[in-house]
Amino acid sequence: MTSPTRRVARWLPLAPATTLLILFLAGPVAYCVWLAFTDTQLTGQATASFVGLANFRRAFGDPDFLNAVVLTLVFTVVSSLLGQNSLGFALAALMRHASKAVRTATGTVVVAAWVVPEIVAGFLLYTFFNRRGTLNAVLELLHLPQQNWLFTLPILAVSFANVWRGTAFSMLVYSAALAEIPQDVTEAAEVDGARGLRRLWHITLPLLRRSIGTNLMLNTLQTLSVFGLIWAMTRGGPGNRSQTLPVFMYDQAFLKSLIGYGTAVALLLLVVGALFATVYVRLLREDV
Amino acid sequence: MRPTTPVRLIALTALAATSVVACGSGSGDDDPDTVKVAYQRSTDNKVRIMDTYLAMIKRRFEQENPGKKLRLLPVQASLEDYYAKIQQMMRSAKTAPDVVREDTFLINSDITSGYLRPLDDKLADWKDWDRFVPAAKASARGVDGKTYGVPDGTDTRALWFNKEIFAKAGLPTDWRPRTWNDVLDAARAVKRAVPGVVPLNVYTGKGAGEAATMQGFEMLLYGTGPDPLYVPASRKWVAGSKGFRDSLEFVRTVYAEKLGPEPSDALDPNISTHVATDWLPAGKLAIDLDGNWLGKYWIDSGAKPWPRWTAVMGRTAFPTQDGRDPGRVSLSGGWTWSIGAKSAKADLAWRAIAFLQTPDNATEWTVRDGQIAVRDDVAASARYRSSMPGIGFFTDLVKDSHWRPALPVYPRVSNAIQEAMESVTTGDADATKAARGYDERLRSIVGGAGVTTR
Repeated sequence: MTSPTRRVARWLPLAPATTLLILFLAGPVAYCVWLAFTDTQLTGQATASFVGLANFRRAFGDPDFLNAVVLTLVFTVVSSLLGQNSLGFALAALMRHASKAVRTATGTVVVAAWVVPEIVAGFLLYTFFNRRGTLNAVLELLHLPQQNWLFTLPILAVSFANVWRGTAFSMLVYSAALAEIPQDVTEAAEVDGARGLRRLWHITLPLLRRSIGTNLMLNTLQTLSVFGLIWAMTRGGPGNRSQTLPVFMYDQAFLKSLIGYGTAVALLLLVVGALFATVYVRLLREDV
Repeated sequence: MRPTTPVRLIALTALAATSVVACGSGSGDDDPDTVKVAYQRSTDNKVRIMDTYLAMIKRRFEQENPGKKLRLLPVQASLEDYYAKIQQMMRSAKTAPDVVREDTFLINSDITSGYLRPLDDKLADWKDWDRFVPAAKASARGVDGKTYGVPDGTDTRALWFNKEIFAKAGLPTDWRPRTWNDVLDAARAVKRAVPGVVPLNVYTGKGAGEAATMQGFEMLLYGTGPDPLYVPASRKWVAGSKGFRDSLEFVRTVYAEKLGPEPSDALDPNISTHVATDWLPAGKLAIDLDGNWLGKYWIDSGAKPWPRWTAVMGRTAFPTQDGRDPGRVSLSGGWTWSIGAKSAKADLAWRAIAFLQTPDNATEWTVRDGQIAVRDDVAASARYRSSMPGIGFFTDLVKDSHWRPALPVYPRVSNAIQEAMESVTTGDADATKAARGYDERLRSIVGGAGVTTR
């Protein structure tokens, strides 16, 4: 039985951290949740009032919100699940058998894209995909037809941008995981005649299941909250054809001045993230 | 003793928290002799008109008021982001500027939010106030009848056209369009005769922001009949009007017939900079529906010096839809200097505003920024009258110019207009469908009772 004094003494070293967490994490989160239930506006309003679930009801009846949900799912599936995750795995697997020089060169290039700040990456890719940008200059040189994806297929352009930027992370996770596969398992499989794709499917992937789950979870949550990249490239436009949930939220909260509604959307984005997380956690659990 | 433990923990945490907060407030900048002035800095690093003007004002102000200081707080952002930023600054006493430059487009919205301080007590003792034209005075007046800002200029809008391109297309260089169709026909003629040139620019969509609403849509809408957007007498917003659909149809025609810029360029947030510093000086654009201020980019000290602009660029008033009286349309807006409601230094802040508006400084600003004068002494000064070619033409337009409904919901209505414009520009909707979308948005913004159907 510890005395109360000792309990306090024990907690004392943690006091600064607890205080900071309450002040700067719990505080804003609680304030945010509160705002979502009010009709607070950035301008044009004398006093805000509590409106209950009105913001959430409004979101589900708002075609622009539903459009943003769909685009967010497309963006996440294309750029995170299919793009970053698969490409990262492919790079990691190929690099195991590559020469040291190739490995270093590829690693440097891929990681460099990841290290570049988001807004810089956004601007680089804006100039790359722009109608008068680098990509079209290259296409013209090769006598290929021109593209204008920032306008015609903006969600694809920003998805590519996110793949370009985020693949390094998956590659690093999978490189580490592949290195951890015991040599004897691989050798045993080889003796049993498992080669190429068969070995990948029956030996490598099952052994990597945990890493895949972790990587998918981190990737997805990161991708769900991508804002700067899309904002710099398209501002969610044209129309609302690349308006994912974070961009929609910003548009409502700061451009349309509806802070209350914007925060409600932010909370709903949290729900979408939680849904993905639940799926991945289950994936991890079945492994055990 | 157990139950006391959580209480102690909480007490301790609270103590620690207050000490942290105390640190925060101590470091705030509360020097009673310093006035904080917030304004927008252009995202184009070559455009520093306001910055150099305010640097001069700061120097003179500090010379004439020993011990007092102006602290300039430039907000380098696009217009939309500037609005959001100053609103966030004004929400908290710690970050609220003392003097803030407010767009009259937004001022009533910010007044309703309680961000600004009424200036009536200061204006009553200020003899220069009588110099301002009545419409400009009204632009900074709240719904409560009080005045919240001192306007530092206004603007008017018309068509700019490139006479060299017009000559190539066989169009008259003293062009005077009578109707919308005259404008479209001229653009079509340019498209036929001068390939590689954008015939006509009409700002559109959310990227251009308020420029799309004001330079683009309202220039059209106010030429379709009286009170086309808002009826002051009945205090109702107009929905379902033919004028609204016709205006959208004009925008749709411009982009569908490829008379305008590529839609992806038209929807770029930086389009107005591209137009002024690239397309027009480079002869890539024939007709531009734009503001009086373009000349300031092309003078020697401008962002894109272009000595030949006075010979190349012509100006003509934008016509009404079918030539009805008064035969021309212009919209006027402008900015004001205001005092933040949370400022503890209102007296000193007012001194700074009055200093910005001494006749000399007011003239200096009006001329430097290519503004249209709102004070009769500035308008009459020789320096103003000779400041910029065409200044007489644009000043004369003030007579027939319209002012936007100065109401708190206006920014949101404007946003709804931009969305309607954007959907006809991209081809996502035709004019009827886009107008219907606007009507729905309008009802959700002002409520069904605030709308009248035509």
